[in-house]
Amino acid sequence: MIVTEIPSFAIFFAGAIGALFLRRQLLALWCIVIPLVSALLLIFSSSADSLIEISITGLNLVIHRPDRLSLVFAYVFHIAAVLGGIFAWRLGDPLFKSASLAYAGSAVGAVFCGDLITLFLFWELMAFSSAYLIFCRGSAKSTQAGIRYLIIQIISGLMLLAGSVMHYGETGSLEFTHMGLSGMASLLIFLAFGIKCAFPLLHNWLTDAYPESTPEGTVFLSAFTTKVAVYALARGFAGTEMLIYIGAIMTCFPIFYAVIENDLRRVLAYSMINQIGFMVCGIGIGTELAINGATAHAFNDVIFKGLLMMSMGAVLYRTGKMNGSDLGGLYKSMPKTAALCIVGAASISAFPLFSGFVSKSMVMSAALEEGYWIIWIALLFASAGVFHHAGIKIPFFAFFAHDSGIRVKEAPASMLVAMGLAAALCIGIGSFPSALYSLLPYDTDYSAYDATHVLAQIQLLLFSALAFVWLKLSGIYPPELRSVNIDAEWVYRKGLLSVYRCTSGVVESVIQSTYGNLLGVIKRMFHLIKLTTGESSRMAKEWTVDMMVVSVVVLFAIFLVYLFGT
Amino acid sequence: MNSEHHKENQLPQAMGLRRILRWFYIACIISAGLDILIHRHVTHPWEHWIFFYCVFGFVACVILVVVAKWMRKPLMRSEDYYDRN
Repeated sequence: MIVTEIPSFAIFFAGAIGALFLRRQLLALWCIVIPLVSALLLIFSSSADSLIEISITGLNLVIHRPDRLSLVFAYVFHIAAVLGGIFAWRLGDPLFKSASLAYAGSAVGAVFCGDLITLFLFWELMAFSSAYLIFCRGSAKSTQAGIRYLIIQIISGLMLLAGSVMHYGETGSLEFTHMGLSGMASLLIFLAFGIKCAFPLLHNWLTDAYPESTPEGTVFLSAFTTKVAVYALARGFAGTEMLIYIGAIMTCFPIFYAVIENDLRRVLAYSMINQIGFMVCGIGIGTELAINGATAHAFNDVIFKGLLMMSMGAVLYRTGKMNGSDLGGLYKSMPKTAALCIVGAASISAFPLFSGFVSKSMVMSAALEEGYWIIWIALLFASAGVFHHAGIKIPFFAFFAHDSGIRVKEAPASMLVAMGLAAALCIGIGSFPSALYSLLPYDTDYSAYDATHVLAQIQLLLFSALAFVWLKLSGIYPPELRSVNIDAEWVYRKGLLSVYRCTSGVVESVIQSTYGNLLGVIKRMFHLIKLTTGESSRMAKEWTVDMMVVSVVVLFAIFLVYLFGT
Repeated sequence: MNSEHHKENQLPQAMGLRRILRWFYIACIISAGLDILIHRHVTHPWEHWIFFYCVFGFVACVILVVVAKWMRKPLMRSEDYYDRN
């Protein structure tokens, strides 16, 4: 095997092991050099576009299958890894650096792999490596959020594994290609992707865990997991109509929560679901323009959401606070961070000349072209809403609003450099989108810059801002309050706990009442065994492999939830 | 000390805010005025309506904030809600 045949993830994994033995500046430099080396090999190596397969006990695993769809995601993951490495320059924790490289490498591996088993392996590696980025904050809240995060990620992985095995049983193939929604196997895989993609009701792991990570950890977390899921949906389920409606719901419902949320990184987490909604919607529409739009928006989102997370990370790093109710007036202390945050806010709001504009408009145009008018209205509503909560709320409550009296130093140079590079990319891509368009899965001559698009978007944004000004000046705008808002997570953070408490009491009383008549219980048990395993019983019948796999997964999932609940 | 500092800065800040808002209102008026001057190539029939995007942007955000504010009544809990057993 020569150097150019090394798959990208292997470079990251080697880097992750190497990071454990390095310290200080060398460690910081290492975390930037590794993704840079991998990126250079990917771009300039002559064999980077060739297939790499390995055979394990007769099972052919495709560990490197680059094409235009996977390459565009891999490029942006490399950019995110470099930016994250620069942002975390001052952090001296070798384990954090190692985990971040392993996490980035797993994400790159997941988008390059060509079969479902390899995808599952990278899927789980992503879960474990990213969980450390939450645990490493070291607080009780982050530990609990990390455990919840890990359990949900593992359940997603188990569903992917079960679906893959069933898919193999049905088709005799493990190739990860377009499958569409047809049958139990694809449904399980679809839901596995849906969990990581933060589908409605399955989304709270994101809003729960990401804001509990360290300033540096959240930057990495925001880049990889959800975008790998978007890639996986684009690969396996492009054109699935259900995704259009799921995506539209994802764009709309989180913005209501974002308006009343106090923790600004949690606002960004809700905003992330909103942005992923645009991508999911594009994948569901499934035309070339829509898939290009979804891919381009994922590319841009990694950078502008990274920039926003970095700016809030810098604020948290300097002030130790993240609630809108505690912050304000920081533009005096951190003017450069404030300016860079505004660039990120303009990009996510899709202002013309900023990156969000050149990708979001593709999805909206595709929805219009295909006649999904109600969906288009929903996306338009979400576009106005995202400006409101991410474009205005984030910079306003952190850097302006009332003067909180907090006086701190400007963000460290390394953080400013990372944010500056991300901001430059946001403006560069927004002003010259042809470079990004040339990377997209399908050739396109799309142009976002015509009078119709530009004027419509400017009007939408300016009048959204006018609404904010009016609501704020008239006192209607809700104040930032120290609180939590009940969301779907209530089911497993409160509801299941209550069920456990109720049932555990019942179970205990049943055991106590039957204790006195143990013999009778044993007799009844034997009778039950005879009933269930006798010749004509249900248990005695042959179970299909599919049923066995599903049963094991369900049992394991219940076990995990039970463990967590107790 | 912070409150004194706050009061000292209030007047210039208010003047600065008024100036920014004045320019902002002018930008809104110009962008709305361009709707009359520029012919847009539209797909959806609603886009034909004059000031469609202006009205939509304003109304959408007011609805968003009013509904979100209303949502606080049934959904808002104290910060330690999930920590209490």
